[in-house]
Amino acid sequence: MFSFLVKRILSGSLIIVLVSMLVYLLFFYGPQHPGLELCRRETNNRCGPTSAKLVEVENRLGYNNPVYEEYGKWAKGLVAGRTITVGETAYDCPAPCLGLSFRDRTLVTDQLKTRFPVTLSIAVGGAFLYLLVGVTVGVLAARRRGTLADRMLVSSTLVLSSVPYYLVALLAFLLLTISTHVFPDVVYHPITDNPVKWFSGLLLVWLVLGVYGATSYTRFSRGSMVEALSEDYVRTAKAKGLTARVIVIRHALRAALVPVVTIFGIDFAFLLAGTVFTEKIFQLDGIGKWGLEATYIKDLPVVQATSLVLAVFVVVGNILVDIVYSWLDPRVRLG
Amino acid sequence: MSDEPFLVVEDLTVRFPTADGLVQAVTDLSYSVEMGKTLGIVGESGSGKSVSSMAVLGLHDARTARIDGSIRVGGKEVVGLSESKMRELRGNAVAMIFQDALAALHPFYKVGKQLTEAYLVHHPSATKREARARAIEMLERVGIPQPDQRIDQFPHQYSGGMRQRAMIAMGLINDPSLLIADEPTTALDVTVQAQILDLLQDLQREFNSAVILITHDLGVVAEMADDVLVMYGGRAVEYGPCTDILTHPEMPYTWGLLSSVPDVTADTSARMIPIPGNPPSLLSPPSGCSFHPRCLYRDKVPGDLCSTTLPALTPAGRGGDHVKRCHLPNPDAIYATEVLPEIAPELVKEMP
Repeated sequence: MFSFLVKRILSGSLIIVLVSMLVYLLFFYGPQHPGLELCRRETNNRCGPTSAKLVEVENRLGYNNPVYEEYGKWAKGLVAGRTITVGETAYDCPAPCLGLSFRDRTLVTDQLKTRFPVTLSIAVGGAFLYLLVGVTVGVLAARRRGTLADRMLVSSTLVLSSVPYYLVALLAFLLLTISTHVFPDVVYHPITDNPVKWFSGLLLVWLVLGVYGATSYTRFSRGSMVEALSEDYVRTAKAKGLTARVIVIRHALRAALVPVVTIFGIDFAFLLAGTVFTEKIFQLDGIGKWGLEATYIKDLPVVQATSLVLAVFVVVGNILVDIVYSWLDPRVRLG
Repeated sequence: MSDEPFLVVEDLTVRFPTADGLVQAVTDLSYSVEMGKTLGIVGESGSGKSVSSMAVLGLHDARTARIDGSIRVGGKEVVGLSESKMRELRGNAVAMIFQDALAALHPFYKVGKQLTEAYLVHHPSATKREARARAIEMLERVGIPQPDQRIDQFPHQYSGGMRQRAMIAMGLINDPSLLIADEPTTALDVTVQAQILDLLQDLQREFNSAVILITHDLGVVAEMADDVLVMYGGRAVEYGPCTDILTHPEMPYTWGLLSSVPDVTADTSARMIPIPGNPPSLLSPPSGCSFHPRCLYRDKVPGDLCSTTLPALTPAGRGGDHVKRCHLPNPDAIYATEVLPEIAPELVKEMP
């Protein structure tokens, strides 16, 4: 188990380093021209390809140095911190330094610290809910397969998951927050500050993510549960005289969860993509909305930081999935 | 009731309604097994052997199976018994072991956990320590080396033969009066097969339990069984004491089974003759005798009796408890003159 973890963490770190390189290349080889953008921003749009200001900005951003040198500086800043000089002003950027936002010269890391818990809360709460609802409903449907209730459940999940997620989220926001005030204020409160407000503020978001995500998990877990229930070892469990509850939960569900967990690991990136819509629609200041807005205004350090954080998110999520997986299936643990 | 055999099955019919029609898996099946005796049930895949014995344990889903007739276990009717009453019986008075122990044991739980679970469900007052001791004892009894260490391993760490032994240990952990072994040796290689069969025989002597051995291997039946039930298309086609059926079979399907048994010691001129055709559809069984489309001897029956009339189970020519379901007027003579010379010429030479 220990060496398995070490291996996974090492390979995960390698992936993160590679992602950070790719993301960094956006600066140099991306379709944008960050120097020009920044120059325009700093001169009230009076910056053209031949302006002297542009040369200064490009020098400051390191465009005249080799890309590996600049990446080295950036990576060093991430690990040890660095000082960024803009004109006469020197900005101290302690580790992990992700640079200054082009928009307002604030430290990207500071912004990240306030926005990360928002996205984490949304993602974890939503994922928890859609796994719980999806698996529970899937198991119930599998046990009643072929009945009217099962068929209605399956077809309604199909209908719901055919509607785009952003439409569902938007309609929920319009109907439940704007017109009926069932969930009057969708807003983020830090959990350390006020757990009750944290919960009530995000409940609608979780419900929307949870119900929408649960539709596909209902179908996954129903399918894998139907399969598990027809396994020989489930028949053995029944022949031992175990109660239906023990058979379904301990013998069938544990096996049925393996593919569900696998899909959950793959799905983790989609969950994060989902939080972009969620944050935008419900106006929550998380990483997704931040990164999206930074893309519009070509605020590259923020784009970089958000991409990197999401990559870390996916890697950590997958390591967690692997741990759960090996806990579920001992053959993985030993193999 | 006291004279009644431990298991009595009477006119058992198991049907499964499906979208394509009614699958008649078992029709009007009757048999009985006494304590200390072994009944061998033989037949092809789909002949209803497993379905009928699963009905004894009530393993069929009540929503998908229709079960009629009577099954009495220790004098108690189990058809229509409530699920909770049925559960008390399962794994306790009646235990079942399955073929392919790799699939039949749960891959995610240690062997010990699966054994103690079987013990604890019927001994709710026992402690985990007692259950573990019992599990180790059972593993030792079925011949698993170092059971106190092996108990903490997973099924995939066992060899095929050991898995089947563990499965048997699990079946016997609550001292069942009736053990149903559903092709217990099918997934094993021949030397292990023999060991497992010896083990089953020893354990049966020790516990004096009734055993139903489901198999398609007549060699296994010859070695193990006191009585034989030959099934075809969901019906009993021949039933009686093992020696009578193996020496004087009267139903062409049984002849077919006998001639399909490979025998390494046999005369090389002996032929192994497969039964032509495929098992009958249980959705729309053939008219008359369900074996008639594949029967090589139906022209020896006058008229079209075979294809129009279902033969009843009637006493065989030599009497006793041997019954058969066939229209042939003189099966013993046909067997001796036409079947035996083909499959076992050396036996014919010995006969006067």
